[in-house]
Amino acid sequence: MATRQKTKLVPIPSKSLVPERDVDKRPILECINLGISFGGLKAVEGFDLTIGRTEIAGLIGPNGAGKTTVFNLLTKVYQPTMGTVLLDGMDTHDMTTAQVNRNGIARTFQNIRLFQNLTVEENVKVAMDAHMKYNMWSGIFRMPGYWKEEKIAHERALELLSIFHMEDLANAQAGSLPYGAQRRLEIVRALATNPSLLLLDEPAAGMNPSETAELMENIRKIRDTFQIAILLIEHDMNLVMNICEGIAVLNFGRIIAKGTPDDIQANPAVIEAYLGKKKEA
Amino acid sequence: MKLKLNKTTRKNFATYGVVILAYVLLQVMKGSLSSSLKGMLVPICAYVVMAISLNLTVGILGELSLGHAGFMSVGAFTGVTAAIALQNVIPAAPLRLAVGLAVGAAFAGIAGFLIGIPVLRLNGDYLAIVTLAFGEIIKSIFNNLYVGIDKNGMQFSLLSDKTNLAEGGKLIIEGPMGIGGIQKISTFTAGFILVMITLIIVFNLVNSRAGRAIMAIRDNHIAAESIGLHVTHYKMMAFVTSAALAGAAGTLFAMNYSTIMANKFDFNTSILVLVFVVLGGQGNMLGSIVAAAALTVLPEMLRTFADYRMLVYAIVLILVMLTTNNATLRSWFSRFSLKNREKEAA
Repeated sequence: MATRQKTKLVPIPSKSLVPERDVDKRPILECINLGISFGGLKAVEGFDLTIGRTEIAGLIGPNGAGKTTVFNLLTKVYQPTMGTVLLDGMDTHDMTTAQVNRNGIARTFQNIRLFQNLTVEENVKVAMDAHMKYNMWSGIFRMPGYWKEEKIAHERALELLSIFHMEDLANAQAGSLPYGAQRRLEIVRALATNPSLLLLDEPAAGMNPSETAELMENIRKIRDTFQIAILLIEHDMNLVMNICEGIAVLNFGRIIAKGTPDDIQANPAVIEAYLGKKKEA
Repeated sequence: MKLKLNKTTRKNFATYGVVILAYVLLQVMKGSLSSSLKGMLVPICAYVVMAISLNLTVGILGELSLGHAGFMSVGAFTGVTAAIALQNVIPAAPLRLAVGLAVGAAFAGIAGFLIGIPVLRLNGDYLAIVTLAFGEIIKSIFNNLYVGIDKNGMQFSLLSDKTNLAEGGKLIIEGPMGIGGIQKISTFTAGFILVMITLIIVFNLVNSRAGRAIMAIRDNHIAAESIGLHVTHYKMMAFVTSAALAGAAGTLFAMNYSTIMANKFDFNTSILVLVFVVLGGQGNMLGSIVAAAALTVLPEMLRTFADYRMLVYAIVLILVMLTTNNATLRSWFSRFSLKNREKEAA
């Protein structure tokens, strides 16, 4: 099992915590009082979170706490009714989902959303669309731009697939892959958009312990190779406590604790949220 | 990698090959064909192009369009009008036909763009119903449109003939009477070339970044947005391309008859083309081609059944659907196909 990384979280001017190495740089993501209400129900409210440029952060909480809703707010699948999201200093208020992605947030989904009828390689290449320049006509008439960019895309797709040793599956249909491979392909597809912040929604769901251990290694590898920030939602506490440097705990749409894995494990509010209150005798 | 790329390419080249082979065979046998069959060669080409273009919307983009005949109609009327108006300017018939096809495609493309703006905001059943409505609207417009040409240029009027053409002027589109006195300049060779161009456009579009994006949107549009694809842009690209190709098919079709009326391009025609696509297999261009050709010829072949012609046609259709969906027959057929054998082994 991988050894726990000791990271010191230090406060930055906005009074949030980021890993020490990211202190002097602008945080990649800053949520200020973010919230959304559906009718009268406040699904998420007062959500404050700052993520450093190379931080691996975790978002945990009991079922129905609003974790996936936070992802949907960050990627503009839902338009927030309160608060601000600063992505690398830019306000994302007027951006669409596609624009948020082009500005640096890529995500995976809790219920896998691959392009089932495309091949594995096509799934990755289609995610590079924003970085390709040739237009419809050079595609139709097979102009030099088409050949050049398609060759680059092909090579880069195989390179990204090799992170998870999936090059051999490049020609398989995405929908026919086993469950674990589909989850990994979603991560590769997200990486292909060249993000600066990667959101992973339960990446280890349905994986066995050895697959989870491999996934942990790969998440670290991704952060180290691409020097990006990663925010993940996960129920596997072993994974969260091992790889996350900063953790936020959500319950009933509100953050109830923030800190390093050690802080969180010792926090009485967190224990109460997960296990319930001790009965007073 | 090499293998897969070759597989798609191989399939595409097989399709080109079948079309070229069919053209050569028909050219060789031209002398022995019955005159009714000879007269159907151009309509077959037009319907093949219609089927391929609708397959782009239905099979690749994944949206059901029930108004495809509307775009055919736009192409037919604008293309023929252009050809008639340019009769004195361009004496060479093939060139005039080419210009007519281009004009028809351009106007149908514009119509596709305008209709696409409201329609592509919808999806599923709603989109299908609205395309149906637009198909009918286009039919009504051409049923009430009068276009004439005189020395002052083109004159347009709606509902009744108020064009007041000058001496020597000529009324081209006469409302419900449509266009009469068309010079039949469509040829089988022109039809064949149009089919080939359509195939090249569709195959190359599908195997480029645009095609990948369009199919990604079809498979999962939330994920497509999450990777930064501009969904509306790509949907529009597929829809307009499909409409423009249908427009060219309409011009080709219309130039094969001496008169053409708006009622020819009604809901039934849209459904007929949809049947070609579904029968041939969604996303399968060769299937569309074969289905379009076979089902266009079939009613002609069934003339011996006289009054029961359409009944037999319907029964044949049902039988084909049943057999192509029969698991036993399918596996029997797949023994002859290398591709499927590989799939079973995997």
